[in-house]
Amino acid sequence: MEKKLMLGNEAVARGAYEGGVRVVSSYPGTPSTEITENIAKYDDIYSEWAPNEKVASEVAIGAATAGARSMTCMKHVGFNVAADPIFTVSYIGVNAGMVICVADDPGMHSSQNEQDSRHYAKASKIPMLEPSDSAECLTFTKQAFALSEKFDTPVILRLSTRISHSQSLVEIGERDDIGVKEYVKNPSKNVMMPAMAQKRHVVVEDRTKALIKFAENCEFNKVEDNGKKIGVIVDGITYQYAKEALGDKVNYLKLGMVFPMPVELIKNFARGLDTVYVIEELDPVIEEHCKIQGVSVIGKEKFSMIGEYTANSIKKVVLGTEPPEKYAVDEPIPVRPPVMCPGCPHRATYYVLKKLGLVVSGDIGCYTLGALAPLNSVDTCVCMGASVSAALGMEKARGKEFSKNLVSVIGDSTFMHSGVTGLIDIVYNKGNNTVIILDNSITGMTGHQDNPTTGKTIKGEPTKSVDLEKLVQAVGIDRVRICDPFDMDAFEKVVKEEVAAEEPSVIIAQRPCALLKSVHYGAPMKITSDCKKCKMCMKIGCPAISVNEEGNVVIDDSLCNGCGLCVQMCKFGAIKRVGE
Amino acid sequence: MKVMIVGVGGQGTLLASRVLGQVAISEGHDVKMSEVHGMAQRGGSVVTYVIYGDKVYSPIIEEGEADMILSFEELEAYRYISYLKKGGKLIVNTQKIDPMPVITGAMEYPQNILDKIEKKGIDVTAIDALPLAVEAGNKKSVNIVLLGVVAKNSTIPYEKWIDAIKTTVKPQFVDVNIEAFKKGYEA
Repeated sequence: MEKKLMLGNEAVARGAYEGGVRVVSSYPGTPSTEITENIAKYDDIYSEWAPNEKVASEVAIGAATAGARSMTCMKHVGFNVAADPIFTVSYIGVNAGMVICVADDPGMHSSQNEQDSRHYAKASKIPMLEPSDSAECLTFTKQAFALSEKFDTPVILRLSTRISHSQSLVEIGERDDIGVKEYVKNPSKNVMMPAMAQKRHVVVEDRTKALIKFAENCEFNKVEDNGKKIGVIVDGITYQYAKEALGDKVNYLKLGMVFPMPVELIKNFARGLDTVYVIEELDPVIEEHCKIQGVSVIGKEKFSMIGEYTANSIKKVVLGTEPPEKYAVDEPIPVRPPVMCPGCPHRATYYVLKKLGLVVSGDIGCYTLGALAPLNSVDTCVCMGASVSAALGMEKARGKEFSKNLVSVIGDSTFMHSGVTGLIDIVYNKGNNTVIILDNSITGMTGHQDNPTTGKTIKGEPTKSVDLEKLVQAVGIDRVRICDPFDMDAFEKVVKEEVAAEEPSVIIAQRPCALLKSVHYGAPMKITSDCKKCKMCMKIGCPAISVNEEGNVVIDDSLCNGCGLCVQMCKFGAIKRVGE
Repeated sequence: MKVMIVGVGGQGTLLASRVLGQVAISEGHDVKMSEVHGMAQRGGSVVTYVIYGDKVYSPIIEEGEADMILSFEELEAYRYISYLKKGGKLIVNTQKIDPMPVITGAMEYPQNILDKIEKKGIDVTAIDALPLAVEAGNKKSVNIVLLGVVAKNSTIPYEKWIDAIKTTVKPQFVDVNIEAFKKGYEA
């Protein structure tokens, strides 16, 4: 069989395909997004973007109950949203196999916190597998469906950024399609109300005992005995880092199943060793298990609970080796944080909000970048949807007058995810807030996924789109304004009017993401000799505009996409389109 | 062999690393690559790693370990120079893109970066890839021009690179990218 280089996420999708998955429902979230994007390429799998992770999980639960193997994929914080149905489907179990993929983000490359999803497996009593490269992403996912059916439980597949977004070689196989299993009405198993759930909890505890037995000698957990006196217990990516760092200088216990964990296997592994290290990123989940079982291990007293590990950090702890020599730079290097793209519609929005000096309750998406210089506009960012509800909380704390100096900003996809519920709260509980929906016609940050407002499904098929104006009117917002943030004067006027209004209002700021293929602004802009070097154009923070070594303001035509926002900033008419 | 490709989000570092990975597979190596997605991509500093050899474990490269760094931008070459191993090779595109602290005037873009790097005794090949990409027919093919320079500095046969471009790049962009590759290879 030919070996293929595959992203971990693509390998999970391939494993699900080979494992006979029939229904996949997800909400995008870095680093999990490409799993479902790749699933969508298989015509014999039904796939969809759901409005949020809770809905996605429920779709997968329904499919598994009805007899089709199903999957849902999310990032770690998405699991928080999905936790409600997931904790209970643990009691219900499955008819056909169900897999829940969750991708953690140690190091927070693209996240607002660094939570460790392994706690969820323990808390919900759902078995969790953890692959350590793309090949295992494929095989573990494929096997997870059979495991799910064997133990009548959903199975969680835990990934991390380095597993999801690294590529390594895989061998692909055939699809094992079990078809759709029979659906039989079974309220004692499928209707979770107290009388039934009390009985199901007993089943769950028995199941966990059976799974511990399974974990003692299952194919997911492996010992590599190199005949040494030092042992390391590893999971996921730390297996690769440890192998890189320690080679055959230690014995390995690689846990591919991190809940439930084996007991005898760990005790036997540790027996006769002088030292056992537990090498796990984030929280001491394996370490605490070992210590509860009376196995003496070294864990977080030597390894960090923060961020990612590396081979050299492991080498230093276990072998005491210093990292290799390196070239030093002896001057400060300016940081290069992510920025809004040239032509980004949010740049205009934030310029206006900053100019008006408003408090901005922010949300999750590209537009969170509005917190950074030079726009420095966003005051808060918590989680998906919080911009809307937290603004109501601010108003209730500080009064209506404060609220007249406050706006929420939330993207179209995030509003569908969980912003609309906050808006309902504002209407219901007599808030006076102004919510700006940044409608850029796409889910931007995660790389352009369609959503209920775009009129297209995951496969690009036309579908009904949610009419944001009618939606907000239907929940009771009487003041709805639709405007283009790139018309900055008009937009400023609208924002001023709406924050001053004596009732709640919604502004739908419509302009498509500059990276959409349908967006063409024409030739790039240039600065002419009329430039007075006032640098007003630089206040919008466009990465295409800078000052060159001669002190002249210039536009980099390889970066500029010709959006022309800077033209509005120039009082001297010194910015023109190339060729005009 | 550990190769780091660094640049600014949107410059096409990811495609370059994928072509390189494909070349390494065709040479019969074990290969691992690590990429960045999401928030980290948006015009920020981006890094991808391509590692190949008999058996590869870690998908990332640490300080003092890279055999080669390909930088799409001068400041990014400077930022990641600590990752180059002693005696390693740096290939750098002479494009300069001001980061936000420079645009806002909070900091200055460091002067004479290439001279400073060469003074450390580092083997540097500098090239202005943008005009070559434009000559090839698409300014966005800077990434493949630079890959041509990498190819010139490797022992892997020319044809393997062309094959890898054909299997990695979207069909409609193959011709322009092969043209871009040649420009870099012959530069």
